[in-house]
Amino acid sequence: MHPAYSVIFFTTASGAGYGVLSLTAIGIISGLVKRDMTFGLVAFGIALGLITAGLLSSTAHLGRPERAWRAFSQWRSSWLSREGVMAVATYVPAGLLAILWIFTGAPGSAATSFEVVLALLAVIGSIITLYCTGMIYASLRTIRHWNLSIVPINYVVFGLMTGAVLFGFLLHLFGESIEGFFWITALLLAGGLAMKTLYWMHVDAAKPISTAENATGLGHIGKVRPFEAAHSTKNFVMREMGYEIARKHVMRLRNLTYLLAFGLPLLGTLATIVGGTVMSLFGSFFALATIAVGIFIERWLFFAEAEHVVNVYYGAEAA
Amino acid sequence: MTTLPETTQKKLGLVIDLDTCVGCQACVTSCKEWNTGGYSAPLTDQDPYGADPHGTWLNRVHAYEVGDGAKSQAVHFPRSCLHCEEPDCVTVCPTGASYKREEDGIVLVNPDTCIGCKLCSWACPYGAREYDYKVGVMRKCTLCVDRIYNDNLPEEDRVPACVRACPTGARHFGDVADPQSDVSKLVADREGYDLMADFGYKPQNKYLPPRPKRNGSGVQAIETSDEPTTKAHQTPGSALEKLFSWADQKLSR
Amino acid sequence: MEPTIDRSPDVADEIKTTTCYMCACRCGIRVFLKNGDVRYIEGNRDHPVNKGVLCGKGSAGIMQHYAPSRLTAPLKRVGERGSGDYEEISWEEALSLATEWLGEVRSTDPRKLALFTGRDQSQALTGWWASQFGTPNFAAHGGFCSVNMAAGGLYTFGGSFWEFGEPDWEKTEYFLLFGVAEDHASNPIKMGLGKLKERGVKVAAVNPVRSGYGAIADEWIGIKPGTDGLFVAALIHELFEARTVDLDYLVRYTNAPWLVIQAPGTADDGLFARDDEGNPLVHDSTSGALKSGLLPDVAPALNGEFELADGKKAVPVFQLMAERYASGVYSPERVAAQTGVPAEDIRRIARELAEAAFEKEIVLDVEWTDWAGRTHDKMIGRPVSMHAMRGISAHSNGFNTCRLIHLLQILLGSIDCPGGFRYKPPYPKAIPPHLKPAGKLGEVAPDTPLPGAPLGFVEGPEDLLVDEAGEPLRIDKAYSWDAPVAAHGLMHMVLNNAAKKDPYGIDVLLMYMANMSWNSSMNVPGVIKYLTDKEEDGSYTIPKIIYSDAYFSEMVPYADLILPDTTYLERWDCISLLDRPISEPDGPADSIRQPVVTPDRDVRPFQDVMIDLGSRLKLPGFTNEDGSAKYPGGYPDYIVNHERTPGVGPLAGWRGEDGESFGKGAPNPDQLERYIENGCFHKHHLEDHQLYFKHANKGYLEWAQSVGFIGSADPVVFQLYSEPLQKFRLAAQGHGAQLPPKHHRRRIEMFFDPLPFWYAPFEGASLDESDFPMHAITQRPMHMYHSWGSQNAWLRQITAQNKLFMNRERAEQMDLADNDWVWIYSHIGRVKAQIALMEGVNPHTVWTWNAIGKRKGTWGLDNDAPEATKGFLLNHLISELLPERDGGYRYSNSDPITGQAAWYDLRVKIEKAEGDAAEESLPRFEPLHRPNQKPRPDELEFGAQFRETPL
Repeated sequence: MHPAYSVIFFTTASGAGYGVLSLTAIGIISGLVKRDMTFGLVAFGIALGLITAGLLSSTAHLGRPERAWRAFSQWRSSWLSREGVMAVATYVPAGLLAILWIFTGAPGSAATSFEVVLALLAVIGSIITLYCTGMIYASLRTIRHWNLSIVPINYVVFGLMTGAVLFGFLLHLFGESIEGFFWITALLLAGGLAMKTLYWMHVDAAKPISTAENATGLGHIGKVRPFEAAHSTKNFVMREMGYEIARKHVMRLRNLTYLLAFGLPLLGTLATIVGGTVMSLFGSFFALATIAVGIFIERWLFFAEAEHVVNVYYGAEAA
Repeated sequence: MTTLPETTQKKLGLVIDLDTCVGCQACVTSCKEWNTGGYSAPLTDQDPYGADPHGTWLNRVHAYEVGDGAKSQAVHFPRSCLHCEEPDCVTVCPTGASYKREEDGIVLVNPDTCIGCKLCSWACPYGAREYDYKVGVMRKCTLCVDRIYNDNLPEEDRVPACVRACPTGARHFGDVADPQSDVSKLVADREGYDLMADFGYKPQNKYLPPRPKRNGSGVQAIETSDEPTTKAHQTPGSALEKLFSWADQKLSR
Repeated sequence: MEPTIDRSPDVADEIKTTTCYMCACRCGIRVFLKNGDVRYIEGNRDHPVNKGVLCGKGSAGIMQHYAPSRLTAPLKRVGERGSGDYEEISWEEALSLATEWLGEVRSTDPRKLALFTGRDQSQALTGWWASQFGTPNFAAHGGFCSVNMAAGGLYTFGGSFWEFGEPDWEKTEYFLLFGVAEDHASNPIKMGLGKLKERGVKVAAVNPVRSGYGAIADEWIGIKPGTDGLFVAALIHELFEARTVDLDYLVRYTNAPWLVIQAPGTADDGLFARDDEGNPLVHDSTSGALKSGLLPDVAPALNGEFELADGKKAVPVFQLMAERYASGVYSPERVAAQTGVPAEDIRRIARELAEAAFEKEIVLDVEWTDWAGRTHDKMIGRPVSMHAMRGISAHSNGFNTCRLIHLLQILLGSIDCPGGFRYKPPYPKAIPPHLKPAGKLGEVAPDTPLPGAPLGFVEGPEDLLVDEAGEPLRIDKAYSWDAPVAAHGLMHMVLNNAAKKDPYGIDVLLMYMANMSWNSSMNVPGVIKYLTDKEEDGSYTIPKIIYSDAYFSEMVPYADLILPDTTYLERWDCISLLDRPISEPDGPADSIRQPVVTPDRDVRPFQDVMIDLGSRLKLPGFTNEDGSAKYPGGYPDYIVNHERTPGVGPLAGWRGEDGESFGKGAPNPDQLERYIENGCFHKHHLEDHQLYFKHANKGYLEWAQSVGFIGSADPVVFQLYSEPLQKFRLAAQGHGAQLPPKHHRRRIEMFFDPLPFWYAPFEGASLDESDFPMHAITQRPMHMYHSWGSQNAWLRQITAQNKLFMNRERAEQMDLADNDWVWIYSHIGRVKAQIALMEGVNPHTVWTWNAIGKRKGTWGLDNDAPEATKGFLLNHLISELLPERDGGYRYSNSDPITGQAAWYDLRVKIEKAEGDAAEESLPRFEPLHRPNQKPRPDELEFGAQFRETPL
């Protein structure tokens, strides 16, 4: 599949945004995050900013962005519509929570029960939204690399994981400290690593959905080879669905993903455990910087590696 | 409305005869020509006179070779929307622009409400949907919905443009839900099949397989002996004399 | 809720009928017009050619009509040829200049005008124009297209394939298809194949390449190029062996019983024995006497040696045929290796043909009367049919191969019978048609028309256009000893000959729709040189070139004066029975084009321009006695009012003052209106008793004579043995008044065999085959045949690059893989191209889609278009001349009989292009510059204007 940058940015940015939102909200519920106007502004600002930037970016992928509002209508059948609805719905508790948390109550005061309810709704909304995003891909039976139940889980985990790294950095930046938070981050990173490994093992082992013989229904005669293409330059289908990446590039990029999305962020996070303030700040920044690149590669690869079954009509032996 | 209708009154579709298609592209260009000015107007073309010409088409014809060496066959393979009964391309649509008509089962994209998210094209295993890069909406075969009921066309022309143009008669149009329709009979007679049936999308379009190739002329078995055994050969003399004596006999009858 | 959609949108403000010109098929079309734009083009259901269907080209006509490559105004060259430096001039200036150039030629030496008109569909006009001008130097593109087919058929059975006849699609039980056939009769053959498929009739395709029609054939015979004649001769051998020959048919309709004089060394050796009236003699078995073979009630012998009155011996044609074809020379075993077709397959196919012909005999209960007045209550059919075209035609043995195919058809008794191969009226015609080429010595003089048409059919050496020394009188050497039966001329040799002044230099070259500096020539680099060669004084060797075309092709920048033509939707035309008809077997038909849109450019139809020039030059046929223009209304005026012979004009329908006559009748001023009312065509339906055996059917022949198709109602007796060819051979042996110059004699004697035979194509025979082991052939993709498709924004999306197709197994042996770049070497050059591997191609053959490769700067395409960067032509590799012979003479690379360009003879070797990393085809030519190229759109949104709601 053609890796469109707008979609990569959308899924990674809004993923991290929902992650930060969820962790902030959990922090509020649990009382671990103290009411603080500056930190509140920054945490909610970044969370909602990333979410909003991601959603806006996703409209850049649309042919008719001015009609994007129509996408909220088909939540009964379409995961994309559900995602849109959930994203907007999540703004309500998240936004209210942000306003109340930042602008009301004394600094350091605990969350009101209304705020707790809002936070709870924001967490649930975030996770459901992330799940919906994953399901957009996982629901496509045409792409065996996506049509897996692990895919939406990964979207949730990677959202929380990137959000945790970012949230961790913010804590260090503002000198806030949450006891043991790095363990949560480390756990999410390790979990993400495990999930991604599992994902790749799965797609590597999975059989192609179809072959040229099957797709044309001519396999009973013999091997099917393309003789004349239907068109000599690439059409939309080949441009969008016919993206090809060599196996050796895949392996290199997977290793890079392991390193940048999981390995180095984990290292940076561990550095915050052992290090002092500066070291912790540096470690968390290092984790953030590497995971930002790493998750981008992960997502790019998620698209680039995905083989759409239609390619069997265009010369692929199987897909 | 992207939830699918429970049933449709008809299941209109194309029945494509792979045994007869010569790959002339008539269905391809007649489709483009009709539809670039019809329901889907326009079907734009990018870089039309340059290095990378590509545009929006609703029907394409591939050519494949099947089998190895001299025993292989060549098959021309038209490919367009199959108007599936249960297609994911409709249900994934977030806006309702993609829908399946209850009346006849035609799958359409409403060009006025499509947002161009391309998700439906991802959901289609057949590559039937092509995005219009200029207009920013998805395009697909409409089964010439603006022809088949059109009072401004003579009755006999109320068929899709591709069917109207096809010189070999390799494309048939009708209601595959009606067992008495010509297309249904054709599908039954020729063992018509669904493309990628395992997806379960239940295409309304059917494909008729190439008939088996044959060396003999059919009706009568061909004798395999290399030596002709006509009576003329039994007369004495050289081969030519035998031939002439046969000719004489034959003419004198 | 589902959206409501408009189920009955307006489809057009107006629908106009006319005739397609996207290729030579000439289908009837209905053009939908909306707000003055072309909305849609569909086939006309009533039309005899396409009956409603329309091919990929025709359905892309809109993009042809609106192509940015269209020329926009007359141009006069101001820079060097090829530079593209032109100035726009007015039509008045253009026509005055042309009149001045042409007038000077006409008043001095009319031969110095060479008028050659590529894909012209108005040759009845242009040929007549040439004869009125007084130049014999006229032809269209038939010389490199299909003259072998046309001549082979017309000299054998008075018809041919394509526009001359077609299989009886409704009734045939076996269809044998030779070579590339996707070109001509595009839709009728496709429709026919569809019918055969419906009925389950066997289709066998003989073709080195399996594509297109071959793909749906039941059997593919992947023959080696140029050996079809050998394959057919072996089938004939088998028919003789198995005694599956329709002897009755041969006796009734052919010259099989005619006696051939056997007197080697004498002047009448090999000619027919004739009585005092000139009738050919046969031996009547009943009376034992020699009688005229044209008498109805003889029982002629098919073998035996008979003594003539002068004591010479004579034998029937059948005996000579048996001696040739029944002998071992053409046995399946002997030909298997050369053709690549296993002997058992040849035998089987022969048996299948015979089985279809004789065991599936068709009997129609239709009473008919034969030429002698005998009434038959049935029509008996041998339901075997065949079609052949390019693959047979474009070889140097094509004429003979074509004759062999017709022999096969005739031996099976399958010409114009139910289920067989049927003539399309006005065919059959006399064998050959009674029309001799004009332009003999003394027939060409200043300010004088020719006494006849420049193109025709020679019947012997006396009809050649040669001088006293036997040297050519025509610039293309047609009807000379180089190519005596050159019925369509040799357009492919004009530039070569003119540049070399062999046989003489010319002054003005006037061409129409012929891309001579690119895909319509052999040896393209050579042709470009001929176009730009200069004399010592700096003047061009071909001094003046006038060119008319609608589009900016590779040829345009080499012309001195460019006369821009209209598109096919902007013009009048007539598809005349005098030219290349669109008839069907059940009746003659002709048609017109009418302008359905008005040009938005300063362009004029070429035919209008020729008529205008004709009257400016005061050519007799175009000028009234008072000197005024005879056809002031231009082409439509001519179409209606011109009479070739009294009562016979370009259109056969609705003639006579009342418009009620067919064929012959006074001009009808309302004729075009009547055509338009009828969908722009006219078809006459034959009566049932006229539908078959037209060559010997009294009802048909008398009717055909009455409407002017044929001069007499005499039967058309198939000439299995061709006496005209023997006359040329006798001349080569030193007999007769008109003898070939010495250096031609061996060749004439060898190839002018009165009975068809097979010989190896010249190029392969003249080279060491191990140096050039592969055959290289081409075909146009079906969606582009004859359609100049690369300028078409839709068609070029389907094919914008061609590759060289190779047999997979063979390529793998050569360590070549899909998409590798290779050098293709011929004996005159090399071309770099990308390969594609396939199963269905003869292992000794490579092939490509022709004319996809374009020169940079042409056809309204960007310089980086794949057509120009990756596309390629094989033309560069094909020599227009054969290697030098003793004495230094070089024949054209053509069939020795007809002069048909032998571009399928090409032999090549393939080598991997190592060390040249650039993924571009070679050779590269300098980009051509177009002076007034309008900006091309980066995006096309054709059709947006027809939306009822804004985007």
